[in-house]
Amino acid sequence: MNSTGIVGFGAYVPPYRIKTEEIARVWGEEPQRIVKGLGVQEKSVPGLDEDAASLAVEAARNALSVARLDGSRVQAVYVGSESHPYAVKPTATMVAEAIGATPEVMAADLEFACKAGTAGLQIGMGLVASNMAEYVLAIGSDTSQGRPGDALEYTAAAGAAAFLVGRQKEQIVAKLEQTCSFTTDTPDFWRRQHAEFPSHGGRFTGEPAYFRHVMGATQALFEKTGMKASDFDYFVFHQPNGKFPLEAAKKMEIDVEKVKPGLLTPIIGNTYSAASPLGLCAVLDIAKPGQNICLTSFGSGAGSDAFWLQTTDLLPKARVRATHNLAWYVGRKQYLDYAMYAKYRRKLKSL
Amino acid sequence: MTENIAITWRRIPERYRLAGSQCTSCKTKFFPPRKLCPDCRRKGKIESCGFSGKGKIYSFSEVHSAPAGLELEIPYVLAIVQLEEGPKLTAQVADCHGCDVQVGAPVEAVFRKIRSDDPEGLLHYGYKFRLVK
Ligand SMILES: [Zn+2]
Repeated sequence: MNSTGIVGFGAYVPPYRIKTEEIARVWGEEPQRIVKGLGVQEKSVPGLDEDAASLAVEAARNALSVARLDGSRVQAVYVGSESHPYAVKPTATMVAEAIGATPEVMAADLEFACKAGTAGLQIGMGLVASNMAEYVLAIGSDTSQGRPGDALEYTAAAGAAAFLVGRQKEQIVAKLEQTCSFTTDTPDFWRRQHAEFPSHGGRFTGEPAYFRHVMGATQALFEKTGMKASDFDYFVFHQPNGKFPLEAAKKMEIDVEKVKPGLLTPIIGNTYSAASPLGLCAVLDIAKPGQNICLTSFGSGAGSDAFWLQTTDLLPKARVRATHNLAWYVGRKQYLDYAMYAKYRRKLKSL
Repeated sequence: MTENIAITWRRIPERYRLAGSQCTSCKTKFFPPRKLCPDCRRKGKIESCGFSGKGKIYSFSEVHSAPAGLELEIPYVLAIVQLEEGPKLTAQVADCHGCDVQVGAPVEAVFRKIRSDDPEGLLHYGYKFRLVK
């Protein structure tokens, strides 16, 4: 495969937060039991004027600043989400227009639960490696909803991460060395057309869904590349809660300390399509040149995409060019109580 | 209050990415874009230009009685923002519910959902400005 790499990356997390204990209070659950059980202290909540499209645009603009690239140079835009604002009408056209990439640009929306963002990254690698495009923008963006009172309500959060894939050596901050996927038809989580909230298979979401696919893809990547767990400096796994990624690491005999820097769910919740991509942003914000990163996403339904990335000498100088980095978004926050949260997420039928 | 679709569509570049115009002879930048420079008239040529999105609060007002479609957002702040490049425009201050807005405060443009026509209608997006701390 011709070499490709990330030339720019950008994050976005909305400014609002709700604490796990505040949600537990409303539903009469024991707060500390939920916090401990899920490993999530608080989650991000989008404002009334935010959705997957607006989140994607801000992440994309940060990625362009890191790459010092004008939006008109982007030749393809893919937006992965399970909360596209429209059922029919693409999010990618809005993003492409907002960054000035239109009209000569390939664009499409992707859907694969929480791994639609990394699916875009794979498409980007393919287009760039085959010289079909010079720069491809791949975004994972979600403003996810859980049914009030459902276990998912404690974690369903909002965020976006954007990656610019390119091939110029003078621009690559992290080489995309290899990728592979592990996909089966597994009914662990779904949302039917017109349904407001998703349904899920409860405990079934663990072993046959998350662990089988995350571990299957990660081990397939090891075999394909000849890399071992000890060859990687960081692992970023999809993070539906604060515990699954650490358990997956233990099962694969990976040092959990290599997972923690890219584990954001405990403080921002599960950002779905943006979850493992934001984890990668967190790692790219601290990694040294020449370090190896393994990124494995997971999308219900079900599948995982695994990537081997290697950072370059250009990373430290590039990352400070973001208008705002992930730490800035994570650090600014305004807490909501459940009543305000219900209003912001329009959980009341009359809104 | 439903905007004509053709008008919405024509304004997308300015609303989504602050696409403006400038006069090539006197270098004045315009937002919204103008087709003729009021000073140079026919002597000036107009070309399209962009804006950094950075500016400062020129004036503002807190809205407590919102027009249809924005009822859930009150109280919110509507401001006249002066862009770094000169032009002034009116926009909502994002993420600001009872926040401390001051004349002269630095702001940056953000892309947000402005309003929704009705549950089955079009979603309108555009610029708002966020206080930079
Ligand atoms: Zn002029």
